Amino acid sequence: MSCPTHRRPEYRKINKDLFVLTYGALVAQLCKDYEKDEDVNKYLDKMGYGIGTRLVEDFLARSCVGRCHSYSEITDIIAQVAFKMYLGITPSVTCNNSSRNEFSLILDKNPLVEFVEELPAGRSSLCYCNLLCGIIRGALEMVHLAADVTFLQDRLKGDSVTEIGITFLKKPEEKKYRRKK
Amino acid sequence: MADEALFLLLHNEMVSGVYKSAEQGEVENGRCITKLENMGFRVGQGLIERFTKDTARFKDELDIMKFICKDFWTTVFKKQIDNLRTNHQGIYVLQDNKFRLLTQMSAGKQYLEHASKYLAFTCGLIRGGLSNLGIKSIVTAEVSSMPACKFQGQRVGNWISPANIH
Repeated sequence: MSCPTHRRPEYRKINKDLFVLTYGALVAQLCKDYEKDEDVNKYLDKMGYGIGTRLVEDFLARSCVGRCHSYSEITDIIAQVAFKMYLGITPSVTCNNSSRNEFSLILDKNPLVEFVEELPAGRSSLCYCNLLCGIIRGALEMVHLAADVTFLQDRLKGDSVTEIGITFLKKPEEKKYRRKK
Repeated sequence: MADEALFLLLHNEMVSGVYKSAEQGEVENGRCITKLENMGFRVGQGLIERFTKDTARFKDELDIMKFICKDFWTTVFKKQIDNLRTNHQGIYVLQDNKFRLLTQMSAGKQYLEHASKYLAFTCGLIRGGLSNLGIKSIVTAEVSSMPACKFQGQRVGNWISPANIH
């Protein structure tokens, strides 16, 4: 019995698709369950938070990153190591303020939206990738860093780029450390 | 691969999310399982499309099931199905002795009552994959001792092979 020759599909790519497609099915289900975009966004953020708190362990085990000494170092690691490891992309990092606690990740490519052409009708405030914000927030909290993470720009909403803003919230004790130095 | 961690965590959050936001009576009447199964169905359809874009046509139903057990299962769950049984009349039993979505949960009978929640998505995945290959089916799962589990697929109607489409 001769086997007809056929090109083997790229199995690794398809394995990535599993996550992307599952995420899409999840968002579609949430849009069915919740009428308001804010509710879907909040749900995705909460879910992402739960994932982030666990993902950070996996990340630290795989990446062996050393201790970070600044918010900018941490943001660089998120962009260059974590994003690369889990999503295969490297967003660029910019610092948005002089006190160096507000940063932006600019996503040139976003694998999560690979199969999304546009937001569904009537869902113009949907932050499709809000899971990512929750993941970053949850992961940072597990290493004792409080931060606000939101989407500042979104290509799906018509902006020119997709931009995630990370604002590290200063803790009162930190100011004490600074004075001692 | 790192991607697997992401999918596993997402899947677990989805299961707990569905059950947390379930309304009164939804857990009992199986609405949560249905939601998860439906999500799996969508994903299965999409995955199998990308998979079989360039593969040769399947000669028969058994060929399709072997594909699911080998290529499909390996790509999605990093291993093949350990045992495939059939009665050659449309019923197939796929046995996975170390099912990826259950290995972290327990080894044995602990948490057995929760296992079905974590299998619903995969049942849908199989059903969706088969559906886009022309096989309409009902897929159920059973676990007697984690992490081994069996997926049973029952064909509904006749297989619409490409040769039969006029």
